[in-house]
Amino acid sequence: MAVSEAAPGRLREQLREYQQLAGRFLAGPAVLVLFLVFGLWALIAETDAFAIGIVTGSVLALGAIGLTLIYGVLKFAHFAHGDSMMLAAYVAFFFLTGVVVGERTDTEVLPWTVSDLPGATKPILDFSFGYGLLIAMAMAAAVMAGVFIILDRLVYGPLRRRGSGIVIFAIASLGVAIAMRSLILIFWSSFGRFYVPGIRATTDLPFGVRIVSDQIFIFGAAIVMAALVYLLLFRSKLGKAMRATADNPDLALVSGIGTERVIMWTWVIGGGLVGVAGVMLALQAQLKPELGFVLLLPLFASTILGGIGSPQGAFVGAMIVGITEEVAVTLGFLSPGYKFSVAFVILVMILLFRPQGIFGGKT
Amino acid sequence: MISSESPRPGQPPPPTAGPAVLEASEVVAGYGEVEILHGVSLRVGAGEVVAIIGPNGAGKSTLMKAVFGLLKLKSGAVWLEGEDVTGASPERIVRKGMCYVPQSENVFPSLSIQENLEMGAFTRRDGFRQRLDEVYGLFPALAERPQIRAGRLSGGQRQMLALARALMLDPRVLLLDEPTASLAPKMVDDIFSKVRNINQTGVAILIVEQNAKEALSICHRAYVLAMGLNRLEGTGPELLASEEVGRLYLGA
Repeated sequence: MAVSEAAPGRLREQLREYQQLAGRFLAGPAVLVLFLVFGLWALIAETDAFAIGIVTGSVLALGAIGLTLIYGVLKFAHFAHGDSMMLAAYVAFFFLTGVVVGERTDTEVLPWTVSDLPGATKPILDFSFGYGLLIAMAMAAAVMAGVFIILDRLVYGPLRRRGSGIVIFAIASLGVAIAMRSLILIFWSSFGRFYVPGIRATTDLPFGVRIVSDQIFIFGAAIVMAALVYLLLFRSKLGKAMRATADNPDLALVSGIGTERVIMWTWVIGGGLVGVAGVMLALQAQLKPELGFVLLLPLFASTILGGIGSPQGAFVGAMIVGITEEVAVTLGFLSPGYKFSVAFVILVMILLFRPQGIFGGKT
Repeated sequence: MISSESPRPGQPPPPTAGPAVLEASEVVAGYGEVEILHGVSLRVGAGEVVAIIGPNGAGKSTLMKAVFGLLKLKSGAVWLEGEDVTGASPERIVRKGMCYVPQSENVFPSLSIQENLEMGAFTRRDGFRQRLDEVYGLFPALAERPQIRAGRLSGGQRQMLALARALMLDPRVLLLDEPTASLAPKMVDDIFSKVRNINQTGVAILIVEQNAKEALSICHRAYVLAMGLNRLEGTGPELLASEEVGRLYLGA
């Protein structure tokens, strides 16, 4: 009786297994080859757009790596990630200039700002900013780590202890996102702002590519941060504990790994990444309150494309999304205003055909 | 308790008179409102292998979790080497020298074999290398390819890795929750012989088993659980010979 009932179920399961197996062999390499061919073609035919795409991808990568780490350890979609990046950008702006919006016009409220340091605003090399911005960025990263820890204490921690589902977490982080954007509006209004106003210097790269010098810095920052995260995860004890907690939190607990402490460190690292990502985003585009939320879709597309929970995957995913976006706009498929629809198309395609991401074995 | 001597290959006589490494008394626990254990007691002496057997739903795995501090006790107490660890965090219990191997999902699949062992030794401050060599000595198959991801191992190899992970802290007592569940018969024998090897290094073992016959043949003593209560206790051979055990669990 029990056997005959179980049989169709088992058959269906087996079918699904074959399907998955076939999907893994076909969809993964197929998608990857598709992107590789497209990327190679873009590199040759649309070299400028390809270069800009790498810069866009770098900003996305900085955000997506943090997003994927938080997802891995805490198992929820951190919808406040884009707005956290923008908040971090504004916090850095505040440390740099001390400016908040006043009754009619901007007022400087800090008695001392990073710009007061000797030579802090003197441009480094061909970049538009001085070392002051880097200090302000480090301070913003620290502030964001603190903000994340406080949010975990106040919001996510209690939800976790109550055993809330992923939807509750997603909605809670969405609320946090709206709160962050509102804070930005209250303190700095909706004007677009820049760290350093004025025309940016450009740099000529080989093959006739000319890009804004700051963009080289953005790419460098993404590479350095990705390398640091890689070293942390695969070489340090804390990083291995983070991966262990992401793999199997119950087993981590019985191994004597304090999972709450691992979660705190994940927020600290996530905050640090958000600090760098936010400043790079503002450097690439500008400081604008809604920019963080707009970025959320490409961030999730990058994360899922690379296999959610995998930092290396997030990096590659971000590059693919960035390059595809820029090349699509340059080719004239899209007006620049619809740039983010590219990320949306990639997101839908990947969810339909390859939900575990192009490299992922795990779902 | 009756204490009849029985031949056990390569093992000292059961040191039941020695001090208890682990003791639980009148443990009442369950999940939420549902009470599974209604007052179970047990005792594991230094260097002893103690089995817990019983039918499905008797509360064997629940007892493990309760002893290890994963479930909040409604009443009762747990002592580890004479110290009250009732309600202590798993982290503290692990530091005190009790390690636990869950029944399933007991390795970190995306971590390598060596990283799994590092995580087993997470709370360890020194002597990691030396302990790693000792554990590899016990499980030479794992030492052959330490960089392979645990997710790629077979069921039996995973179980070996799970045992090895729990040994990294050099525990005084090891809790094993059905280590042979869903393994091929050949692997079952391998696991039981590893359990015996581990015990010979001086580690006391509390093992929950479905394979009652095998468990009774390797343990010093065993408890029979039924309906969340102690039903019987005795040495392995005693229980193997017991008519009641035969009738209830061995299908004789």
